[in-house]
Amino acid sequence: MFLKKWSGQLPLHLMILPGLVLILIYSYGPMFGLLIAFEKYVPAKGIMGSKWVGLDNFRYVLEMPESTQIIWNTILIAMMKIVAGLIAPIITALLLNEVRKEVFKRGIQTVVYLPHFLSWIILGGILIDILSPTNGIVNQVLGWFGIKAIYFLGDNHWFRYVLVITDVWKEFGFNTIVYLAALTSISPTLYEAAIVDGAGRWKQTLHVTLPGMTSIIVLLVTLSLGNVLNAGFDQVFNLYSPQVYETGDVIDTFVYRIGLVDAQYGVATAVGVFRSVVSLFSISLSYYLAYRFANYRIF
Amino acid sequence: MLEHYTVSRRVFLTFNYVFLTCLGIICILPIIHVLAVSFSSSAAAQAGYVKLWPVQFTLSSYDYVMHKPAFFKSILVTLKRVGLGIPTNMLLTVLIAYPLSKEAKKFPMRTFYAWVFVVTILFSGGLIPLYMTIKETHILDTVWAMVLPGAVPVFNVILLLNFFRGLPKELEEAAFIDGAGHWTTLWRIFLPLSLPALATITLFATVNHWNSWFDGLIFMNSPDHYPLQSYLQTVVINRDLTLMSSADMKSLTEVNDRTAKAAQIFLGALPILLVYPFLQRFFMKGIVLGSVKE
Repeated sequence: MFLKKWSGQLPLHLMILPGLVLILIYSYGPMFGLLIAFEKYVPAKGIMGSKWVGLDNFRYVLEMPESTQIIWNTILIAMMKIVAGLIAPIITALLLNEVRKEVFKRGIQTVVYLPHFLSWIILGGILIDILSPTNGIVNQVLGWFGIKAIYFLGDNHWFRYVLVITDVWKEFGFNTIVYLAALTSISPTLYEAAIVDGAGRWKQTLHVTLPGMTSIIVLLVTLSLGNVLNAGFDQVFNLYSPQVYETGDVIDTFVYRIGLVDAQYGVATAVGVFRSVVSLFSISLSYYLAYRFANYRIF
Repeated sequence: MLEHYTVSRRVFLTFNYVFLTCLGIICILPIIHVLAVSFSSSAAAQAGYVKLWPVQFTLSSYDYVMHKPAFFKSILVTLKRVGLGIPTNMLLTVLIAYPLSKEAKKFPMRTFYAWVFVVTILFSGGLIPLYMTIKETHILDTVWAMVLPGAVPVFNVILLLNFFRGLPKELEEAAFIDGAGHWTTLWRIFLPLSLPALATITLFATVNHWNSWFDGLIFMNSPDHYPLQSYLQTVVINRDLTLMSSADMKSLTEVNDRTAKAAQIFLGALPILLVYPFLQRFFMKGIVLGSVKE
């Protein structure tokens, strides 16, 4: 009986095996490599041979003058993106929902969704061109209104806002479509009932449309909480420069520089451990909240 | 149902159409501008005369890019990684999603396996340890360094397994009564029924591979092995003069940096721009796919 049951499941185990092996090597292997955060790591000696230094790397990072600023930058940029990235799609979806011409609706959806599919290399190249203080088109347009050229990507005053706005540009179309999908599932009878009760358009939006979106909004809000330390490496890395490290340097770019550029492996991994652990808590919490309040299950 | 438009309603609708049109235009204006720059003469681009239409139309920047060996090499590398990466991604996604879509009653290990995969979303070793793992497994500076670490796209697995779960259980039971095993059921019943989901996931994986640049940048030692996006990173974002030959430098003075960059940006985005109109329907369906659960 036992043997029969087991052999019936054998194919299922075999199917999982190749993916499991790869995940163990390339996702769990690096977790083992986190040990070097506690070592004075020398590549020639390997993980087992390098000297164990306990928490020295962590202490070293905390004593670096820029570390507080970098953590602050990361959280601030990530939070601004989370908030802007939630509001923009909701408004767009509500406005698109009022549109009755299907062709127009689809056209706008197509266009706003497009930047989502382009890499930050492409978008970064475009932004560097149009935001250039010398011959960028944005500064030319500002010039028509008598505004002096602004070096958007090199000015600490502007850099964070540029990050947030351009991130919204890339991603808001995606969530707009998620919200629109939720809106189409609202039963038309609810609107008819509201009209019978004398509700105007505005009242319908307030009492039918928005409540119909609540569950998906709650879901996306809770899931986005997992991103508090995710300021968007791809974007920051391709737009920043030493002039804006003060406001734009984030944990991920910092790890890259001290780890791969300066080759301080132990220190970089220590920062990485910090980030991974905080992310583990924030992502787990966000999934838990999504499960608790939006009945969301990953699988 | 007839709708009677009041004055305020009409004002709102007009405003709404105007606003949404502007929003749509703002979203693609930057792309159109860069396209116009790429077709303009270098003098006009440098002086800032180009707005949304090419000024002094010329193909010289495209001519310059097309004669750059490094550009072609990087496209070949990208094709190679896409060619190897997509089949790997898809095969593993299907093979993992099928067993995980079984109920825990029928496949007790399911929950354990599922957690093994989900943990990788929650926690990762980070940059430096990953680099070392790749070095230890001797795939540094080969195309496999861009294929194997991301070989199991966990989010796609979740999408597909949720789709599998939505299929009628009777089909599977009928197949088993007819003597089919798990492999046959997966191949003959599940896959043919999941074509829309499979198409969506293939597209996600393809866009992902096409757009990836960071892995190429750090896992490839020589610029000769860079995929297109990594190569573009070095020339468009972070202009690295050491990667240019002296012939490149000479022709650059003729072509002008700005128009040449614009041409390369546009060529890098072109495949996605071309397939996008056809794909976006799939994507829109795909987003909704994973969200329907029992």
